[in-house]
Amino acid sequence: MSFLDKLLGRKNSADSAKERLQLVLIHDRTDLTSAELESLRDDLVATISRHVEIDVTGMQFGVEHDGRSQRLVADIPIKSAHRRRAARKSKTK
Amino acid sequence: MPAQVVTVTSGKGGVGKTTAIANLAVALASNGSRVVCIDGDIGLRNLDVILGLENRIVYDIVDVIEGRCRLKQAMIKDKKLPNLHLIPAAQTRDKNAVSASDMNRLVKDLRSECDFVLIDSPAGIERGFKNAIAPADRVLVVTNPEVSAVRDADRVIGILEAEGKGPGALIINRLNPALVKKQDMLSADDVLDLLAIELIGIVPEDEGVIVGSNRGVPVAADPKSRAGQAFRNIARRLMGEEVPFLDLESTGSLWERIQRLAGRK
Repeated sequence: MSFLDKLLGRKNSADSAKERLQLVLIHDRTDLTSAELESLRDDLVATISRHVEIDVTGMQFGVEHDGRSQRLVADIPIKSAHRRRAARKSKTK
Repeated sequence: MPAQVVTVTSGKGGVGKTTAIANLAVALASNGSRVVCIDGDIGLRNLDVILGLENRIVYDIVDVIEGRCRLKQAMIKDKKLPNLHLIPAAQTRDKNAVSASDMNRLVKDLRSECDFVLIDSPAGIERGFKNAIAPADRVLVVTNPEVSAVRDADRVIGILEAEGKGPGALIINRLNPALVKKQDMLSADDVLDLLAIELIGIVPEDEGVIVGSNRGVPVAADPKSRAGQAFRNIARRLMGEEVPFLDLESTGSLWERIQRLAGRK
């Protein structure tokens, strides 16, 4: 990594290599493309939304690796019942 | 004790499979083990030149399989190490001349004759690779600290798991400690973190490897070579010894740089 790279705050190439490989290996191992993951995410959101109101903007979703196994990790904030009740009331008015 | 059958593979070509096999063979044979190497790269024979045995070939692996010679006739004895033998690949045939069951049969006959059978797999994940891993008790995956080599190694490890050959053990070859220090090369830890399998050796980049291949004398025979030392350590690990990994990062210390400038290293 050159001095100029550091000065410009550019990431070192070993880190880029590692980050790129992490993504590529997840796709290679799971055989899931980014588009497929996205559609899986949308289906998940639709299904869960039928039961409970969720905060889609605060949602985290992706594949993480743990050793040689992959897991699908979704962290989905639920809107509080209090706010939901308030929202329902304002609608019925 | 029957022989341990070790296949060396990589997915990507040019990462140093043949160099690794030749060096492990020399290191194991120097320790007194009886070693037979099989070049599994039919049509692209190379292990013979790396070992410096190209002028001694009469019969090859396909001659044995097709019954034109006895197994012993195709086993070429090394110039210096009488307990090291090579069964060369056929150069004028293709990979379809050999099947996995041919390989299994051949290796079965060798098991009682030696301590280690080392099989050099061709690059790729097709028939030649499948043939090479079929008789293996243990598979070593060679990679370089570089994106395409690591990606291909991961594919191979996935196939090994699917074929019930275990995830294999990893050799990280051609690591350049100075580049790692500059953060312009994946470190051994990075590669291990990505591939998540057992590590059996880290081999530093070493000009001596090219000089050795020019002469047909693997660097494992050179007591001063660092790559040679790394291969000798892997050989001892294959023999079941616990050997600490070389401290490659230390080559960049200020004191060592001063020593190098002063021409002492």
